[in-house]
Amino acid sequence: MKLNIRRLVFDFLIFGTGLLLSTAQVKANEADTLSNKSEQPEKKEAFKPGEIIFEHIGDSYSWPIATFKDVEVAIPLPVIVYSKTSGVHVFFSSKFDHGHASYQGLEIAKEGKEKGKIVEVQPDGTTIKPIDISITKNVLSLFISLGLMLWMFISIARRYVREPDKAPKGLQSFLEPLILFVRDDIGIPSIGKERHEKYMPYLLTVFFFILINNMMGLIPIFPGGANLTGNIAVTMVLAILTFIITMVSTNKGFWVHIVNTPGVPWWLKLPVPLMPFIEFSSSIVIRPFVLMIRLFANITAGHINVLSFIMLIFIFGAMKPAIGWSFSPFSVAFVVFIYFIELLVAFIQAYVFTLLSALYFGMAKEESHH
Amino acid sequence: MELITPGFGLLFWMIISFLIVWAILKKYAWKPILNALKNREKSIENALHSAEKVKAEMEKLQADNQKLLAEARVERDRILRDAREMKDRIIEEAKILAQTEGKKQIDAARESILNEKKAALKEIKDVVAVLSLQVAEKMLREKLSGEASQGEYIDKLLNEIKLN
Repeated sequence: MKLNIRRLVFDFLIFGTGLLLSTAQVKANEADTLSNKSEQPEKKEAFKPGEIIFEHIGDSYSWPIATFKDVEVAIPLPVIVYSKTSGVHVFFSSKFDHGHASYQGLEIAKEGKEKGKIVEVQPDGTTIKPIDISITKNVLSLFISLGLMLWMFISIARRYVREPDKAPKGLQSFLEPLILFVRDDIGIPSIGKERHEKYMPYLLTVFFFILINNMMGLIPIFPGGANLTGNIAVTMVLAILTFIITMVSTNKGFWVHIVNTPGVPWWLKLPVPLMPFIEFSSSIVIRPFVLMIRLFANITAGHINVLSFIMLIFIFGAMKPAIGWSFSPFSVAFVVFIYFIELLVAFIQAYVFTLLSALYFGMAKEESHH
Repeated sequence: MELITPGFGLLFWMIISFLIVWAILKKYAWKPILNALKNREKSIENALHSAEKVKAEMEKLQADNQKLLAEARVERDRILRDAREMKDRIIEEAKILAQTEGKKQIDAARESILNEKKAALKEIKDVVAVLSLQVAEKMLREKLSGEASQGEYIDKLLNEIKLN
C-alpha cells in the first residue's frame, strides 16, 4: 500500500513536470510566432555574457530549461503579489510571456533599480513595488530541497525506530556516517559532550540543507540548477538563526568577557571603551555577517566560474564560429575541473558553516571560566 | 546590486519553510536517529565491556582448571604411590605369613615324625622284648630239661643281669 502511494506521488511529479513543460513550450511557441514578426532583427543583438551569467545565478519568476533558437522553454511558476492599490494577485508567470507582456497591471521591470522584479504600473506611468512573495525559481528549489530532506530523514528515522540494533542499509548507510560526522567531528568537539545534544537538530538541519542545496545547485537542469545557497537571502536567514541561537545560549561570563575583557590593561577599557567595542564587534556583529557572506560568496563564485568558462565559448564564437568550436574542448575541460572543485566546496562550505555555528554556540558559555 | 540585496519573497519563504522543516525534522528525524545511535553505541559499548568481562572470567576459569588439573595430577600420583606401597606391604605381609605358616607346619611335621619315630622305636622294643622272651622261653625249655643244668643256667643269668 505504502509503495503504491509512493509510486503514485512519483508518477504525479513526473507527469506534472511534463505537463508544465509542455504548456510552457506551447505558450512560448505562441509568443514567438507573435513576437517574431516585429522583433526579428533585434534578436541578433550584441552578446552580453555578464547579463546571462547574472540571470543564471539570480532568481527568476519561471524556471528556464532551455532556449531552442528563439523559443524559450521554461517551467512557469506561481506569482503571488500583494499591492496596496489593487490587492492580491495570484497567477502563473507564463502570463508575463518571459517578461514581454504585462498582466493585471503588473510587469517585470526591464530596467532601473527594480530590474527583473515585478512592478505595478500606475495610471500615470510610474511604477511602484508591490509586496512580492511569488514562488520563484529559488523558492521552488528551496521547497524541493526541504521536501527531499524531510523524505530522506524521516524515512531513515523510521528504520532507526523500528530496528534500532540492525546494521544500517540503503540510504541510511549513506547518511549515517554524515550524521555521525556532524555529531562527532563538529558538535561534540566544539560544544562539548554534555551540552551538544541541544544543538544537534539545528546543526544537522543546517549541514544537510547547505550540502543538499550546494549539490543541487551543481545539477544543470530542472530540480537543480538554482543558486540557492549562493543567494544572500538564504544565507542571511541561516546566519541570523545561528546568531539568535548563540545569543540565547549566552551566559553572564560571555558578557563579562566582552565588557571587561580579562588580561587587558585598564586604559584600553576605561575612558574610551576601545576593547569592549572590538570585542563586541568581533564576537557579536562580525560573526553572523561573515557566515552570511562566506557561504553566499563561495557558492556564487563557483557558479560564476562555471558559467564564465561556458561563456568563453560563445565569446569566441561571436568573433568567429570556428574559434568558438575549437576553444570548446578547453572550456569543457576547465568546467569539468571546476565542477570537481565545486563538489569539494559544496561539502567544505556545509562543513564550515556548521562548524562555525557550533563553535559560536560552544563559546557562548565556554568563556565563563576565564 | 540585486545580487547582494536579499529578496523579500525568498526571505519570507526561507524563514517560514526552514523553521517548519527544522521543527519537523527535530521531532521526527533527528531525535529518533540520534537516540537510536546513542543507544546503539551504548549497547555496543556494553557488549564490548561484557565480552571483556567474559574473557577475564574465561581466563580465571582456565587458571582454575589448570590448578584443578595440577591438583588432580598430584592426587593421582599420591594414590598410585599409596597403592604401590600397599601392594608391597600386602605382598610382604603375605610372604611373612606364608613363611611363619610354613615353618609352623614344618615344625609340626617334624614333631609328628619324631613322635612316630619314638612310637615306632617303642613298638620295635616291645616286639623285640616279646620275641626275646619267647626265644628265652624256648631256650629255657630246652636247657632246663636237666636239673643240674637248670640251676647252672639260672645262676649264669642272674650274673648277667647283675652285670647289666
